[in-house]
Amino acid sequence: MSEGHRIIGRNLRKIDAIDKVTGRTRYADDVVLPRMLYCKLLRSPVAHANIKRIDLSGALAQEGVVAAISGETMPTAYGILPVSEDEHALCIDKVRFIGDPVAAVAAETEHAAELALDAIELELEPLETIGSVEKAINTPEPRIHPGNRRGNIHKLVSLEFGDIEQAFAEADHVEEGLFHYGGNTHLAMEQHAAVADWSPDGRLTLWSSTQTPHYVHRVLAKVLDLPAAQVRVIATPNGGGFGGKTDPFNHELAVCKLAMLTGRPVKICLTREEVFYCHRGRHATLIQARTAVKRDGTITGMHFRTLLDGGAYGSYGVASTFYTGALQTVTYEVPHYRFDGGRLFTNKPPCGPKRGHGTPQPRFALEIQLDRIAAALRIDPADLRLQQIQPANSLTSNYLRIGSIGLAKCIKTVVEASGWRERYGKLERGRGLGLACSSYLSGAGLPIYWNEMPHSAATVKLDRGGGVTVFCGSTDVGQGSDSVLAFVVAEELGIDPYQIRVVTADTDLTPVDLGSYSSRVTVMTGHATRQAAAAARERVRSGVAEKLAVSGEQITFADGKVRVAEKGIELAFAEAVAIAEARHGTIVTSGSYKPPETAGKFKGAGVGPSPAYSYSAGIVEVEVDEQTGFVTPIKVWMAHDIGQAINRSAVIGQVEGSVYMGLGEALMEEMVYREKRNLVHKIPSMLEYKSLTSLEMCEVETFLIEDPDPNGPYGAKEVGQGPLLPMPPAIANAVYDAVGVRVDMVPVTPSRVMAALDAAARGKAPRHGPERMPQVSWPEPTRVTPPWAGGDGHAQRPGSGKQAS
Amino acid sequence: MLRLPEFSYFQPTTIAEAVALKDAHGDRAMFVSGGTDLYPNMKRRQQEPRVVISLAKVDQLNAIEMRDGGIHLGAKLTLTSLASDQRLQAGWPAFAHAASSIATPLLRNMGTLGGNLCLDTRCNYYDQSYPWRKALGFCMKKDGDTCWVAPSSAKCWAVQSSDLAPVVAALGGRIELVGPKGARTLAAEAFYNDDGIRYLNKEPGELVTGLWLPEIAGARSSYIKVAQRGSFDFPVLGVAAWARFDQQQKIAELRLVLGAIAPAPRLVPDLDKLLIGRSLDDRQAIAAAAEVAWRLARPLDNTDQAFSWRKSVVKPYVERALLGLAAR
Repeated sequence: MSEGHRIIGRNLRKIDAIDKVTGRTRYADDVVLPRMLYCKLLRSPVAHANIKRIDLSGALAQEGVVAAISGETMPTAYGILPVSEDEHALCIDKVRFIGDPVAAVAAETEHAAELALDAIELELEPLETIGSVEKAINTPEPRIHPGNRRGNIHKLVSLEFGDIEQAFAEADHVEEGLFHYGGNTHLAMEQHAAVADWSPDGRLTLWSSTQTPHYVHRVLAKVLDLPAAQVRVIATPNGGGFGGKTDPFNHELAVCKLAMLTGRPVKICLTREEVFYCHRGRHATLIQARTAVKRDGTITGMHFRTLLDGGAYGSYGVASTFYTGALQTVTYEVPHYRFDGGRLFTNKPPCGPKRGHGTPQPRFALEIQLDRIAAALRIDPADLRLQQIQPANSLTSNYLRIGSIGLAKCIKTVVEASGWRERYGKLERGRGLGLACSSYLSGAGLPIYWNEMPHSAATVKLDRGGGVTVFCGSTDVGQGSDSVLAFVVAEELGIDPYQIRVVTADTDLTPVDLGSYSSRVTVMTGHATRQAAAAARERVRSGVAEKLAVSGEQITFADGKVRVAEKGIELAFAEAVAIAEARHGTIVTSGSYKPPETAGKFKGAGVGPSPAYSYSAGIVEVEVDEQTGFVTPIKVWMAHDIGQAINRSAVIGQVEGSVYMGLGEALMEEMVYREKRNLVHKIPSMLEYKSLTSLEMCEVETFLIEDPDPNGPYGAKEVGQGPLLPMPPAIANAVYDAVGVRVDMVPVTPSRVMAALDAAARGKAPRHGPERMPQVSWPEPTRVTPPWAGGDGHAQRPGSGKQAS
Repeated sequence: MLRLPEFSYFQPTTIAEAVALKDAHGDRAMFVSGGTDLYPNMKRRQQEPRVVISLAKVDQLNAIEMRDGGIHLGAKLTLTSLASDQRLQAGWPAFAHAASSIATPLLRNMGTLGGNLCLDTRCNYYDQSYPWRKALGFCMKKDGDTCWVAPSSAKCWAVQSSDLAPVVAALGGRIELVGPKGARTLAAEAFYNDDGIRYLNKEPGELVTGLWLPEIAGARSSYIKVAQRGSFDFPVLGVAAWARFDQQQKIAELRLVLGAIAPAPRLVPDLDKLLIGRSLDDRQAIAAAAEVAWRLARPLDNTDQAFSWRKSVVKPYVERALLGLAAR
């Protein structure tokens, strides 16, 4: 337990734990309404084609079918980012990947809806398929999005902070490498599901397993052409999200439209295969990384280039692209930094945000590159990192404001716990240790759509019976955000958290929270809720103070009691509320939060800023079978700078979950498409898309480093995403320690390990990884003078030439 | 979610009744035991019986007894019961181990011996939903005429992915069948056919009622399942080894069978001259045998893992399986 806190920092069960383990939690697919119809989507069987004709009459003639619709019923384009509104609820002119929805059917049973799909006539005119980043660059036509101005290049960005040429000129050693990070998906246990209900007075209600009810709310109003006030979105508890439920989805719009047309509730629950097509997961990314260092290992500059395979739609892709360049600077000091990033459209399910959003890919390259530098300069990899950690309370060269940074302590902790100093480089062949570090945002500094309103808000209502209800737009996706609300309110009011009612994620009832993404919820709802709860407490305090004629400072709130110790008075919390309600009227208070203004003012500065950054350092021990290439993790030591744990056991759960997901990405998970076979997804099932089971999971020893951040509620920072990031590079580094070869790709599959070992055996460079980077015409970079060189955060004026520093 | 199509369901109580029902409904009917293979396939429309004959109430299929110099196992014994049976663990450890390596505990509680022996051949062009297969163009195993793994092939290359199949072949097991014309047994090796569509040498009306494994003095067995994970996965290679050793611990008789690389388990031929009379300490002989197996193996790109890798690891795994025959 943290000093001065009663609830914050303790090990407490989540408030929804009993419902979860006893099966009482009502997920979206558990919502059943009278007269409900079932929806199925017809998805494109072709990866890229013009739609010539859709005939729904066959489906409509089938028994049990009540309605069938195609794209023209919802002509308004939408997308999560205002800069890429390139999706339609159902495809209108063309289809862009196998799985792209073209029609929707509502029927009395799910089976009838499914049978009806086969009766829909869909005439397609196939177009050339774009299956890879390289092909997208070299094939401007046919354009996957005819309105896109650069062929099939979705986005190109280039930023330079300082003078990268000078940085490389000054270096004693330059490490250069190509890396490939395989695309992978979220694999949440719960498939997406939604139920829509339309009332005769023109009100629409959608229950959906979404992480972002507010953004879904906006899109429903826009596409369905309804006043937002007539639309209600209720996010049901998510059976895992990980970023896979942060976009507004076709199926959500389709069930709404069908409910409006039929006047009956309509439900859809996607199959696992359909979830693979919704995707929005990790972009497969090719990375060219160059790092320049002094003889002692001091970094003088870094130049990263990334090419992201975006799939068929924009989704969060522009943000993802910037994120592949944003956080290289927040762990170690990088005085000169250049980033070029490109996202390509391909005929695959669209990529988007997955746990770590755009940052695990460059982090993989960066942490391997540091390992190589350490080897080349004969410096211990831990020391190489420790000697140049970004200082606390500083601005990075790309204008990210760092508050607390517990990274050094994280590294020292795992080094000590793993016996690194005695064992690294000294284990028997086939056994190895690998170290990697990372950082992640505690919430994005800017909202998805430009506005000056709060990012999060909460309302607290006190009942004269002592009941406390907190209302907040946040969505519990399993990370425990509902519990955080209860713990914060309990802390502020001195009551039992399990007596608090939590009402969340209902746009009719709860104040807006932007959603469960970018690890923003604890920090942002934490502030808002703390403010609301503190205000409620002060109402009670003043009411009680007046009634008892004591000063407010004499009153304490703890253990469900309101006490005036000096006078020996002890009131039950309910009594105190009743006194205050008599004095003030009903007690309802609110709080809201908006992150601090960002320091960067250049175009592109919106991606990367955060109120606070978490830090992680991880070490993994592996066993490598040199005859087969199988890599077995033996143990993981993970230290995470959480700032301040709100609930220690929930934090440790998030660390272990991140390690688990990171190991899956590192060792086996990959979205694979058959390029020579119409670009079908090779393995859209939970059986063949391999992810770790509990039998593959190794022991994890978690260390919480608590270095409170001035911008976090009680000093808290994020934990949901950061601890994933060290795992892929740590695995690759450990394989090197074990058998002396580099696998510069994830997943680190047995065949890739064998390819690297074979290369070494044949006297070639002992590595396996990408061999070349496609040619891209990068734009002139936006040049920004770093803070240390006197910059003010604005871009240099074009044509002003190189800066003087 | 995926829904089962409509079908008629029968629950006979005797073998004779079950066989008669199958005879009456012909190709429209299939037997089901645990349902862990058939029902998912039906949901994906890979198999579309209109009539499903359940063996749930046929108690005759539950027997396990020592008989005729070996052990008889009823077809309806669950994989869990096979894996945990002490007689099997002691006398036929490779078999018990193979049963324990199948799928997950929940699926082993449902899945049965007969079901696993008759496991539909697998291919990641075939084990897909109806819309997926329609998108690519149906394959020859179901609704189409192209083999997408080898488009010029006249034959289906779906893989026999049963973990028990190679072990039963290596152990010299016999499959017990009952059909309209009566009962018969088939050597396990002869039960499987090297064709992904007609993968069992079983008459359409025949029911697998059990398995008999011989008990042979001085014999030992081993099985290695190669898969990405310790649960769920079908093998991408299985190596079953069986040998009878003489008093001096020299190999007197040997069978080595590769699973999960072809439509049928593959008996590695021509090993006698390399291994008979040798001990397991003869690493050269074992390496030579692994080389023979490696030459035989021609996995294709239709399971998890790179097919070139699957071939390349035949050698180390065959060596490990043979060394696994050492007395414990």
